[in-house]
Amino acid sequence: MKNKFIALSFFSGSLVLLLATATTCLAQIDHNIVSVTKTMTSNVEGKTGRAYDGGQLRPDVGVQLFRRYCVGCHGPAGNGQGENAQWIDPKPRDFTVATFECRSTPTGTLPTDEDLFNSITRGFVTTRMPSWSALTTQQRADLIAMVKSFSPRWENEKPGTPITIPPEPTLTVDSVLRGREIFDKLQCWKCHGPEGHGDGPSASTLTNDKGEPIPPYNFAIGTRFKCGATNQDLYRIFMTGLDSTPMPSFADLLKPDEAWDLVHFLRTLQVSLKTPELALFKQWEAAHPGQLKPLGQNPGTGD
Amino acid sequence: MVTRSLLKCKGARWSLLGSFLTCAASIILVLLGAAQPAYTLPPIQKVAAIPAFARKYGLPCSACHTAWPELNYFGLAFRDRGYQMGNDRDSPIWQDPSYWPVTARITPNWHWENTSHQLTDEVTEAPGTTVTQSGFDLSGMDLWLTGTLFKNISFSILPTTDNTATWHFENAFVRFDNLAGSEWLNVKVGHFELDNLISEKRFLFLSANGGLYQNYHFIPAGDSNNFGIGDNQSGVEVQGHSANSYTRYTVAFLSSNEGGVGLTSSVLAPTPADNFTGRTYDWFFSFTKGFQTGSLGLQRIEPFFYYGQRPTVFNQMVGGAPLAGTGTGNKPFYRVGVQSDFFLGKFEFLPFFQHSEDNAYLANSLASNTPLSPGMQNAIWNGGFIESHYYWNPQLVFVGRYELVRMGQQGNPLNAGTTGNIDAYSFGYRWYPIMFSRAGLAWHTEYSITKSIGIMPLSLDGSGYLPATNTTPVWSSSVMAGFDFDF
Repeated sequence: MKNKFIALSFFSGSLVLLLATATTCLAQIDHNIVSVTKTMTSNVEGKTGRAYDGGQLRPDVGVQLFRRYCVGCHGPAGNGQGENAQWIDPKPRDFTVATFECRSTPTGTLPTDEDLFNSITRGFVTTRMPSWSALTTQQRADLIAMVKSFSPRWENEKPGTPITIPPEPTLTVDSVLRGREIFDKLQCWKCHGPEGHGDGPSASTLTNDKGEPIPPYNFAIGTRFKCGATNQDLYRIFMTGLDSTPMPSFADLLKPDEAWDLVHFLRTLQVSLKTPELALFKQWEAAHPGQLKPLGQNPGTGD
Repeated sequence: MVTRSLLKCKGARWSLLGSFLTCAASIILVLLGAAQPAYTLPPIQKVAAIPAFARKYGLPCSACHTAWPELNYFGLAFRDRGYQMGNDRDSPIWQDPSYWPVTARITPNWHWENTSHQLTDEVTEAPGTTVTQSGFDLSGMDLWLTGTLFKNISFSILPTTDNTATWHFENAFVRFDNLAGSEWLNVKVGHFELDNLISEKRFLFLSANGGLYQNYHFIPAGDSNNFGIGDNQSGVEVQGHSANSYTRYTVAFLSSNEGGVGLTSSVLAPTPADNFTGRTYDWFFSFTKGFQTGSLGLQRIEPFFYYGQRPTVFNQMVGGAPLAGTGTGNKPFYRVGVQSDFFLGKFEFLPFFQHSEDNAYLANSLASNTPLSPGMQNAIWNGGFIESHYYWNPQLVFVGRYELVRMGQQGNPLNAGTTGNIDAYSFGYRWYPIMFSRAGLAWHTEYSITKSIGIMPLSLDGSGYLPATNTTPVWSSSVMAGFDFDF
């Protein structure tokens, strides 16, 4: 009896101590998530996401989810200065400036909620940002609301209007060859290299908006692109540009048909994937030896 | 705004440290006041979390764990992908050369054990006496190495000690992922935990009575079977999953040696002698389906089935001792059930149900070349538990569990109808003052109590003996508190 009393006293005493001391500091940890002037919401796939105030049945609103999953890299202030940021390359996104690479909207505009949802769901290949597809749709919607809460841009601006992607024309070798000419003319090779290895003459000088070095995409080894994996994704990438990186938007320089030609050529650079575009191109090259001018000699008009 | 929040953060860290030290000092005082003379140094159940991954990927513990070591949705998907994020940076070639994927975990603790209806040299007759022990102690230790050998090839090596530093391999396997370019085909070879949705290796209970699921290890009185669905097994596992791991399947082909090594003995002590390894193979099947239920979260349900055989006849050495590894006269057993993981906001519920049956020869520890006596029959029992967690926040979780085992049909006619029935209750909390991407520290407090009728209590510390009669209820309770840390 005495022993049971001691044990129960120990247990309850420990619990009291915990509640007396822990709740104070835990509350302070909660406040490490930066307070915002306006509570943002998001709307994706029929779900309304909230950064705060989820109610009893929705405690895992954005702020809790951000603390659980994101704060280590993106930091409590959402500025990309989490405790692990110093070890990460490329650096985590700074949500306070609300500039995002993967958008369906024109360069310089805010992305749609759907864009952010796709980014969280897909993750970013070749970075430390994993796919969060295991989270529920509601949780991802809440996280988007939290991401939007870090920047006043979301209060003052509306997202851009998504660009229209016309249907993809039939793949032909002529389309690939025209795309190759565009690649040369726009001087894509300056960064991505003539073979798409990411080793063009400007590659070593590239930096992002924060002055951090950033390598161009290496088509030869990449299995996916940062903002998707399909031909539509590739089209969207160079028509909207990757804001905050040196990759510009070519929407003013390319007509839709030309953009699709470029898509078809870029697919031939993905030698590790053995794409149909590459097979077609190789077949043509074998039948027409020596007919192609080497890339990388055109002064061009691109950036 | 940014500057202000960073200052808040810095202040909070100091406040956290101060509060933690205050709390720790207070707890130590309580411990010193409550300490009783110790009779034994029992081990505590070993479970695992992997800060090595947190260090590798720069994520906090909470990214993969509801409360470590229990995996959350994301952690389960990460494990299903072969410990890969799938961002083309998983191969070790992308890691800093100094990165060493190793984790150590141990739990210094104080605990109190109390077992009723025990026969001693002073009390030799029913109802027996109550034995109480308490003292400071150590758990066993995990020293876990795990990671990727190459893209889509992962490994795990988990040497584990008991609290006297006697080592064994808790698991060791290599896994090949995304075979034929499909996440639906992954193969694991080695020694590993069965793909239980409710993992006993990753649960949130550590005390001697609460630190195991009774249903995962229960064997009826007089039964020679040594199988427990919570025990790691050796074999090949084929597993597949959807991209988000909401849908999963597992088929495992396993040696019938209960995870033993050397083909000659199980990991369990060969008591009774028939517990030597079998030479047949067992099968395990499970299928998991997850459902999104709006704001409530993700709900998972997993039916499972295990079929196996164990030998009942052995060649004998001179003198009559069974010769290990020569088992024949194999007799079947199975376990079938459903386990689930339900969320209701901050509440998590883990219901489990299992129906079990052992062949009459196993149930009576009888060689198959011996005729069954009248009354001998298959042993059949049902069991289950409901476990609940309340996540105050990622750093504080309250846990509770009620578990029962009920014999439906006694295989051994000497048993009473209720012999083997178990009721078990556990509750406690875990507070994680340190939960960073480099290490974790949890203050763990737990109380558990079990009532086992006519059998030795299933307890991690091995304390407790058979009561005087097969209808005597043995109450065994534990109080445990300690610092559970890993790095």
